[in-house]
Amino acid sequence: MSALLQVRGLSHHYGQRIGCQDVSFDLHPGELLCIVGESGSGKSTLLKTAAAQLAPSSGSVRYHQRDGDWLDLEELSEANRRRLAREEWGFVTQNPRDGLRLNVSAGANVAERLMAMGMRNYGQLRDIAKGWLERVEIDPARIDDAPTAFSGGMQQRLQIARTLVTQPRLVFMDEPTAGLDVSVQARILDLLRRLVNELGLAAVMVTHDLAVARLLAARTMVMQGGRVVETGLTDQILDDPQHPYTQLLVSSVLTT
Amino acid sequence: MYVAVKGGEQAITRSLQLLAEARRGDLTVPELSLDQIREQLRLGVARVMQEGSLYDEELAALAMRQAAGDMLEAIFLLRAYRTTLPRFGYTQPLDTNAMRVRRRVSGTFKDVPGGQVLGPTYDYTQRLLEFESTAPTSPLQAEAPLPDTMPRVLDLLDAEALIERIDAGVDPEPIDLTREPLMFPADRATRLQNLARGDEGFLLGMAYSTQRGYAESHPFAGEIRMGEVDVVICPEELGFAIEIGSITLTECQMINQFHGGNGLPPQFTRGYGLCMGEGERKAMSMALVDRTLRCDELGEPAYAPAQNQEFVLSHSDSVEASGFVQHLKLPHYVDFQAELSLLRTLSKQHAQHLNAEETAAQETSS
Amino acid sequence: MTSNYNFAFLDENTKRMLRRALLKAVAIPGYQVPFGSREMPLPYGWGTGGIQLTAALLGPDDVLKVIDQGADDTTNAVNIRRFFARVAGVTTTERTTEASVIQTRHRIPETPLREDQILVFQVPEPEPLRTLEPREAETRTLHALADYGLMHVKLYEDIAQYGHIATSYDYPVLVDGRFLTSPSPIPKFDNPKLDHSPALMLFGAGREKRLYAIPPYTKVESLAFDDHPFEIQRWEHQCELCGSDESYLDEVVVDDRGSRMFVCSDTDYCRQRRAEQAA
Repeated sequence: MSALLQVRGLSHHYGQRIGCQDVSFDLHPGELLCIVGESGSGKSTLLKTAAAQLAPSSGSVRYHQRDGDWLDLEELSEANRRRLAREEWGFVTQNPRDGLRLNVSAGANVAERLMAMGMRNYGQLRDIAKGWLERVEIDPARIDDAPTAFSGGMQQRLQIARTLVTQPRLVFMDEPTAGLDVSVQARILDLLRRLVNELGLAAVMVTHDLAVARLLAARTMVMQGGRVVETGLTDQILDDPQHPYTQLLVSSVLTT
Repeated sequence: MYVAVKGGEQAITRSLQLLAEARRGDLTVPELSLDQIREQLRLGVARVMQEGSLYDEELAALAMRQAAGDMLEAIFLLRAYRTTLPRFGYTQPLDTNAMRVRRRVSGTFKDVPGGQVLGPTYDYTQRLLEFESTAPTSPLQAEAPLPDTMPRVLDLLDAEALIERIDAGVDPEPIDLTREPLMFPADRATRLQNLARGDEGFLLGMAYSTQRGYAESHPFAGEIRMGEVDVVICPEELGFAIEIGSITLTECQMINQFHGGNGLPPQFTRGYGLCMGEGERKAMSMALVDRTLRCDELGEPAYAPAQNQEFVLSHSDSVEASGFVQHLKLPHYVDFQAELSLLRTLSKQHAQHLNAEETAAQETSS
Repeated sequence: MTSNYNFAFLDENTKRMLRRALLKAVAIPGYQVPFGSREMPLPYGWGTGGIQLTAALLGPDDVLKVIDQGADDTTNAVNIRRFFARVAGVTTTERTTEASVIQTRHRIPETPLREDQILVFQVPEPEPLRTLEPREAETRTLHALADYGLMHVKLYEDIAQYGHIATSYDYPVLVDGRFLTSPSPIPKFDNPKLDHSPALMLFGAGREKRLYAIPPYTKVESLAFDDHPFEIQRWEHQCELCGSDESYLDEVVVDDRGSRMFVCSDTDYCRQRRAEQAA
């Protein structure tokens, strides 16, 4: 099967400092890839560069469109980049407050991407929004409430609904469960696993938590100091880590 | 019977007559002459010239008198007049190195070549109201003349390569903000132009906010100098430069600590302020805000209002701000009527909603 | 006419700059053209954009009408009319049908306009997205990409909260199917008059330094949802002076017990109707 996203030799530098360095991977349709590493390891930089939110210092990202053509993201116009980000991709931020519009209702948050794509039937927008609130386990009766009235876990689920409403093919997630209580985390991870399966989504998820990778990802990449130090099937990495840094990470998970 | 309001024209004429009377005040008190304003209210004249973007003491004094001392109104009058003036040409860049300095202080070195020169300053006046005039009866005579020019304090740091170099050669030709609209992102020359025309009070508040933690600011007043600078133009038909006079300027160079970033080494950086006439508070505020607005270029985290160029530059101009705030006193009957009928609809809906809830509650309780 | 100033106050180079910008605006309906707005002897927010456009348009033979809130005799309208009588010496009129250039604040006359007339709007805030997105660099990008989902979020929110779109004036329109545009703070009652108007409509925002145009016979749609179509204000009253039941009405408090009466906001329209009735 042909890849959906092809990343080759990707680097992003902040001045002299390395964000991420020389990263290559393929992501296939329906696949969930986890990028793990401690904070400062460059995983969020890699995610943002792959999602074309940061310009690469070198290397390339290619995306396989619905129509079969390959898009080189560096050659993409601002207009196409935004269209892609709105219609075919999604981005879930760590802090839901960064990804939501806090001054409008939950319903408007979910419906925004549909309206941007031209949907102009209020009743239909409401129905779809209610359906999605249900899917992410938010009471549809709260459709007109402001996200600020929601708990952190609900806000994150709302952000997920807002992102997935246009049925994107590819979703980038930056630590979507960090900063939430353990029980809340489990519920969201469970939800994500179910939705990814139902929708056949491809996803790249950044996490510092190997347990998250074990639960969700078939494949995992381990980063340290901006570079990928190990990559492979998640089970393999957990059972038989090769790189000393991965061994350290795995042992720290097992002991806790 | 009701007749639609008429008589706007007459009301305006009468209002203008009342204004003229109020402006002149008691007729037994002699009218202020423009010379008196120019000579005795020179700092006010300087501010009107600076924010009015027109160096003409006579016109600034006239505007101040006409505005009955309302500085923002005087600035507005001068700006509107300036619009009608033809452009004969552009001056060469002013050379503030060659300033004939009357005041020059530095907060960074105890002594500097040329010395600290206090000049005429309010700094050490003790702010006691002087009920008796302390004006001298004859001109003062200096014991020794000041040097013709003084080196810049910042050049001393430049020699050690501790301060960023400013290469004037790579500066793009600045746009004329009174002829072209402000567009974002604005380059530094455009920003400085906007700040130079900006309201002193606004800039002072913005500058103050950077010192209180709303932005990273570690400034030192590297040098403040005030004095006269020659104005030179090079008319096309002549082909060589001629001096057409000199003007009073105040210049401030702030030195700011910078730990490096965005590919730049740790060094001191500069903030720049310049204004016509004696306007030290304005020049210093401008220099602080200029430096703060360079956050993107220097890769500093931007979170504070004074670092947001759209925020600062869009709201700095007193003529724009004063006009828009005060336009609220114009009639808004039509919009208000639209809002009124909307509000009536909403309040009717609200009442119906409450009634329905009440009825439902009664039904369940009975 | 005051001879110390050029005809219509502005110098000819400035007028040429304005006319070039206006041509661009007409060529790209609804697009906000940045222009070198001059400082006028009128405060910002009081019609500096409108008077610059009018100054660039006026010739000695033009007949100028100025209205504010639909009325010729409101003080700011009087003042602008006085200004042009003083610096351009043009004939002024209060009759809509006699005017070749009409400068307006907050209304479109009730009397239908003709092809040989130009309507100049005073605009306080040209950017319809401004209250939703304060950054100018971003709103320009949204226009460039025709990315207007944000505006519909606002309308959605109105319906969710109030059951209908609760924007009563400055109601956003889409011009020629392309640019989201502010019609200036006219009541939405006037929006239908923008669509396929025979008269050229020009909009000037002096403080924000933008101008834009709706050329004659251009399609202008007021934003709405399919199942919540655009609607204009209706009154239960008729004008108590001329009896009109199809004009925009002002509510006037007539005594200190709070009694109200409703009269046409367009004073010329009302006067003409009463003259016809008297004849």
